[in-house]
Amino acid sequence: MATDAPPPSNTEHRLPSTEEFVEVQNSAEFGELRRSYRSFAFPLTVGFIAWYLLYVLLSNYAGGFMGSKLFGNVNVAFVFGIAQFVTTFLIAWWYSRHAAAKLDPKAEAIKSQMEGRA
Amino acid sequence: MSPVQHTVLAANEASEHRPLIITLFALFVVATLFITVWAGRQTKSAADFYAGGRQFSAFQNGLAVSGDYMSAASFLGIAGAIALFGYDGFLYSIGFLVAWLVALLLVAEPLRNSGRYTMGDVLAYRMRQRPVRTAAGTSTIVVSIFYLLAQMAGAGVLVSLLLGITSDFGKVLIVALVGILMIVYVSIGGMKGTTWVQMVKAVLLIGGTILITFLVLLKFNFNISDLLGTAAENSGKGAAFLEPGLQYGATGTSKLDFISLGIALVLGTAGLPHILIRFYTVPNAKAARKSVNWAIGIIGAFYLMTIALGFGAAALISQDEIIASNPSGNTAAPLLALHLGGIDSAWGAILLATISAVAFATILAVVAGLTLASSSSFAHDIYANVIRKGQATGEEEVRAARWATVFIGIVSIALGALARDLNVAGLVALAFAVAASANLPTILYSLFWKRFTTQGALWSIYGGLIVAVGLVLFSPVVSGDPKAMFPNVDFAWFPLKNPGIISIPFGFLMGWLGTILSKEEPDTGKYAELEVRSLTGTGAH
Repeated sequence: MATDAPPPSNTEHRLPSTEEFVEVQNSAEFGELRRSYRSFAFPLTVGFIAWYLLYVLLSNYAGGFMGSKLFGNVNVAFVFGIAQFVTTFLIAWWYSRHAAAKLDPKAEAIKSQMEGRA
Repeated sequence: MSPVQHTVLAANEASEHRPLIITLFALFVVATLFITVWAGRQTKSAADFYAGGRQFSAFQNGLAVSGDYMSAASFLGIAGAIALFGYDGFLYSIGFLVAWLVALLLVAEPLRNSGRYTMGDVLAYRMRQRPVRTAAGTSTIVVSIFYLLAQMAGAGVLVSLLLGITSDFGKVLIVALVGILMIVYVSIGGMKGTTWVQMVKAVLLIGGTILITFLVLLKFNFNISDLLGTAAENSGKGAAFLEPGLQYGATGTSKLDFISLGIALVLGTAGLPHILIRFYTVPNAKAARKSVNWAIGIIGAFYLMTIALGFGAAALISQDEIIASNPSGNTAAPLLALHLGGIDSAWGAILLATISAVAFATILAVVAGLTLASSSSFAHDIYANVIRKGQATGEEEVRAARWATVFIGIVSIALGALARDLNVAGLVALAFAVAASANLPTILYSLFWKRFTTQGALWSIYGGLIVAVGLVLFSPVVSGDPKAMFPNVDFAWFPLKNPGIISIPFGFLMGWLGTILSKEEPDTGKYAELEVRSLTGTGAH
């Protein structure tokens, strides 16, 4: 917890010092964790927002295309909407798999090293 | 039978079975009060009050997050919007769900790792405490109060319809009852009590929605195309009912409004304080991630079922009857329940009573979450860290939070009583737009931008807040429109109902501008702490 004063003493864990945090921030291990997180999460965020905006824009300006029927009364707009659900579920699953495989072990290693040292 | 007769019948049916409806309402209230008292006995420390002792499992929290998120706007509002405007109403469902990916990928885990009780913990981490916490507390309380008003007004609409209360005094009484219940839930039960109330509500809401969906699909032999076709035909609008554009497609301005709403929906969720504080109730970031995944599953399933709810109502009930009952369609879901059971049968009445009780539970659980978020922020950000400069004990903080709950409850009752006839949808969209404009930029800059400074944080919070609220004030939501809060005056020079398309980029711009024009150097040591903690969980408790 941050206050203007040094970290409050009533917390359960003693935090490593700022110097230790700076040292870890500049370490190769942390750099790799950050890269591994950002290079996955950032492009994916841009991707799903673009995909969602495409849906919004098509709804607005491509009424004819969105209204074309695919089967029965089900049209492109309906399938597009359902596809947003499906991609949301898939992205959540994909990110969680990446996090469990690539991020958690690295984060865990740095955390236990820092707290062990503290 | 003419639509008018239908409506009269529905109202009679509701009033005949009023004792049943009241019994179900009372049952929920008694059960939740019991939970609250039980939770209150276990709430001793500040971590208990603010974060429920951080001992909830990922599944429990996922359920509670869903219960916190699926508000009256989701359940009653979306069903009504689809029932009246067909496909355009479905945008809400999609936006409200996709928004969770922002929370999952960028916000939930870092927040759990580096904060403690409030959103302000993360925003103020690297900054000068007092100004940034004041700003964070202000925007938390503004967002929560707007959201609260919408729920209170929704409760008034729902209960007055079902119980046949039409007098002003009766409506004020209902708003006061909701307000008193939420004060009791939050001040006694704290986060633990609120969490359990939200879990119970989520189960009831999902259960009720599955039941209605099943009955709708049964009517159409599980043929979705048939359901859509009948809805289009019965709506009187034909194929256009199933295509985008009925509500927003009329003019270039309304199309812009659609984009604005779409952006606010997808970026608002990850800046809603009452959602963010839920991530503190689990032991660690991994559990926070899992609870978001549970929430995405539960909320996604729910929003998929709004298709059956909305198009089912459009297919089985005439447009005139839906509009006669409530001009914005807010009562389409309860009406659908009545029609599915048969308007003259006891089954219809039982279904109506059940769905209404579910809607009531929905409102109470969301209202409790909002009250908790604002009183926590008041006690932890403003009282403990600004007024007492970080010197308050946990016990003093909790006492302040309980008093803040009572105060916020009373303010909400007063405002809710004034707002009882206002357009609720505008208020919810405003809350999302303010959250996306004032909170999200600051959260993202704080976590990911090394150079971000105190001045940047203040400019982006206040800039986003003032522009979002200001634009709404001068929008057709407030004046110059027959459906506006003040229909008889016109000072609406901003043409869009949702300010997001302007105010969200403005919030981001101000954060950037405030930072590069800042005279002070960013605190790089503090950023090292925040970055390492947010990604690794070092020192999280």
